[in-house]
Amino acid sequence: MKKTTLAAAALLLGTATQPAFAQSLTAAFASEPSSVDPLYHNLGPNNATRKHMFEALVGEDENLGIVPMLAESWTTSEDGLTWTFNLRQGVKFHDGGDFAARDFLYTACRIPNVPNSPSSMAGFIKSATSITAPDAQTIQVTTAAPYPLLLTDFASFGVISASANGHDGDVTYTPEGCPGIDSYLDSNAYNDGTATVGTGPYKFVSFTPGESIVMARNDDYWGAAPHWEQITIRPVTNDGARVAALLAGDVDVIEKPPVQDLERLRNDPEVNVVQGASSRVIYLHFDHQGDPSPGIEGTDGKNPMMDVRVRKAISLAINRPLIVDRIMGGLAVPARQLVPDFMRGTDPEIALEEPDLDEAKRLLAEAGYPDGFKLVLGTPNDRYINDSKIAQAVAQMLTRAGIETEVDAMTASVFFSRRNNYEFSLYLAGWGASGAGMASPLRALVASQNKDKGLGGTNRGRYSNPELDAVIEEALATVEPEAHDALLRKASRIVVDDVAILPLHFEVTPWALRAGLTMDPRADQHTVLTSVRPAE
Amino acid sequence: MLAYLIRRLSQALLVMAVMATIVFFGLYAVGNPVDLLINPEADLAEQEATIRRLGLDKPVHVQFGYFLGGLVQGDLGTSFVHNRPALELILSRLPATLELAFLGILIAIVLGIPLGMIAGLRPDAPSSKLIMAGSVIGFSTPNFWQGLMLIMLFAVFLGWLPAGGRGDTVDVLGIPVSFLTWDGLSHLILPAVNVAIFKMSLVIRLTRAGTSEVALQDYVKYARARGLSPTRVVGVHILKNILIPVVTVLGLETGNVIAFAVVTETVFAWPGIGKLLIDSIGLLDRPVVVAYLMLTVFLFVMINLVVDIAYSILDPRVRIRGAKA
Repeated sequence: MKKTTLAAAALLLGTATQPAFAQSLTAAFASEPSSVDPLYHNLGPNNATRKHMFEALVGEDENLGIVPMLAESWTTSEDGLTWTFNLRQGVKFHDGGDFAARDFLYTACRIPNVPNSPSSMAGFIKSATSITAPDAQTIQVTTAAPYPLLLTDFASFGVISASANGHDGDVTYTPEGCPGIDSYLDSNAYNDGTATVGTGPYKFVSFTPGESIVMARNDDYWGAAPHWEQITIRPVTNDGARVAALLAGDVDVIEKPPVQDLERLRNDPEVNVVQGASSRVIYLHFDHQGDPSPGIEGTDGKNPMMDVRVRKAISLAINRPLIVDRIMGGLAVPARQLVPDFMRGTDPEIALEEPDLDEAKRLLAEAGYPDGFKLVLGTPNDRYINDSKIAQAVAQMLTRAGIETEVDAMTASVFFSRRNNYEFSLYLAGWGASGAGMASPLRALVASQNKDKGLGGTNRGRYSNPELDAVIEEALATVEPEAHDALLRKASRIVVDDVAILPLHFEVTPWALRAGLTMDPRADQHTVLTSVRPAE
Repeated sequence: MLAYLIRRLSQALLVMAVMATIVFFGLYAVGNPVDLLINPEADLAEQEATIRRLGLDKPVHVQFGYFLGGLVQGDLGTSFVHNRPALELILSRLPATLELAFLGILIAIVLGIPLGMIAGLRPDAPSSKLIMAGSVIGFSTPNFWQGLMLIMLFAVFLGWLPAGGRGDTVDVLGIPVSFLTWDGLSHLILPAVNVAIFKMSLVIRLTRAGTSEVALQDYVKYARARGLSPTRVVGVHILKNILIPVVTVLGLETGNVIAFAVVTETVFAWPGIGKLLIDSIGLLDRPVVVAYLMLTVFLFVMINLVVDIAYSILDPRVRIRGAKA
């Protein structure tokens, strides 16, 4: 009797954990978006969630190439200053309202005015000196100087509905502010669903912070109908718990399965692992600021990182394929340039480097350090895939070449603050390039720091090379794609020749799904559930 | 009694003030939250603008001044990450944690006290040895690993219970609770057991030690000699006299579970305040961390107060006096 009750209870509980609808999908995310407001926080988890409900003017495909989205086509004027976008006809918002040019204008108005935004999207529209709507289906954008990355910028934020935000009638956009609009809704009006009205394939149902985001299929979607009637995103920050949730059948998809579990997951007939190359490069950045450098000993106060021979020696001493093979379990691609070769601006003629320990030692001796020196390598230990393990491997390889390297690993919150305070002579970090391709890391990581020109924002090695700056600036003012890419290639060659920065590898992003399901991996590492579908 | 209460509350306020100050300056020393919150693509001008917008460009003593100013008006600050008042954010997550903590403690009491008494009354029986061995294991297993093992066993292999998250909730007086639905309860069981195992081991050991001591006392022998039923001897005469240490420890442990169920909440993706705390620390969301720890101090002082009052009920010799003790 007792046994049967127990079995019955087990059966009951067992069925309770099964998905209620065959047509619903549950995913476990490694980090939770801080809001479902598409314009509140420009950061990975928020932008990935946004893509389900809100669409940008132009889209980015899996490899971050620009594709038509809310705009069907676009043209550039002769002088490269005016862009004209023709909007898609018949696109409806989730509340039934028509999508029109004024919604894009309203979006541009709200972007710099989102209350308390911890990371604003304002950078994506600041190149535009005017945005106008000649008619309801056309948007015209003027820039002060030719600006080739406008499409990438406009692909980066979702368009919101003016009416759902309480604004009816026309919208006039000016960079200084929009006449007739006194205040803007804050992110809480999106979190509770009031204003969460987009044009995307999924509609907002509910957002319970820490617990779930639920979305339902938009049956009036203009594009291909997505497979699932309902999708639920659950934040499960702990790696082991995320894998357990998948194995237990609680969720159908997980992002960032831990590398050490991948082999087991691949061999599990209940699980399908999907992976794809990403645009995220893991790199080492040198302190280029001059003497002395904080983490260096045994050089009489000199900063050896200033010497290109030392930087070359470090590059030659590191065996990248070995790191990829042993530390990353094959989940990486060795790198020499800052973006992978499927993105724009890479120079195919730049070959990968063969590690050469003898040559490294020779270069060090030539630079005046025959006995090497002592170095501290800073790294986060919870930000990138196996970050501190990579740093350990690098340290051992450098020590073999005579540079006695010690690893200083710390949690991301401490690391980024210390890095931004210039406390490292050599540090490990990562950069996920946007659809701009090579231009994205070039202007952020190696262009000289320049607040007015918006360059060098993450150049915390303070590298400064006027020759390179000139090429980058020229590229950023060349709209014609062929010429733009040629300049990016030229800049990439300068960076590689001068070893301005040291790319190690590109991350490969894995996802684990219930057997029978598949999805398209995205190079920006965003988990977008619209591509999850039964495998053929 | 009133004077006693006032003294305890003013002590609480003092500790909260000290705690807030230490945490505020401590988090300031760790780093700048904007370095984590902002998109790496943001250029230097945008980074500065964000730092200004969040008021982080001011010297730390000025920021602390703003914080104190807000505190006087009952405002603990607004989360940098979530753009919601810190206290509101914490309170919205509190029911999930309370539910978990109370069920965990309940399991620990309901199972722990009888098991401990059995082990105390017949210390040499095999069953008692088994109980004690079990309590040593429960005591020494890391909570984190134990949680994952529970998930592996009950969710992955047996498939009886879900691996994590909070199930369906029902609003009771506007507060979402999950123990009233099957789905909600099934999600609650594993994390509650994970919380309970350690506490239960603690209760078993305390109860056993008390029982074996009290069982030899003269009044117990006398009660037996008077011919009272064994149930009454054990259930009243022994039980009442072993409860003081158990109540003390359980009181503090309840506070511990509520404030620091971080591990269980992380492993089971349980949306309580422990998970909020750990996420907030990771992002240096200072207003939330400071408010959280102030609330924790308050909670502990209150629990101690309740424990003291419980003493006086359990043991008539203990009297709460207003005068300095």
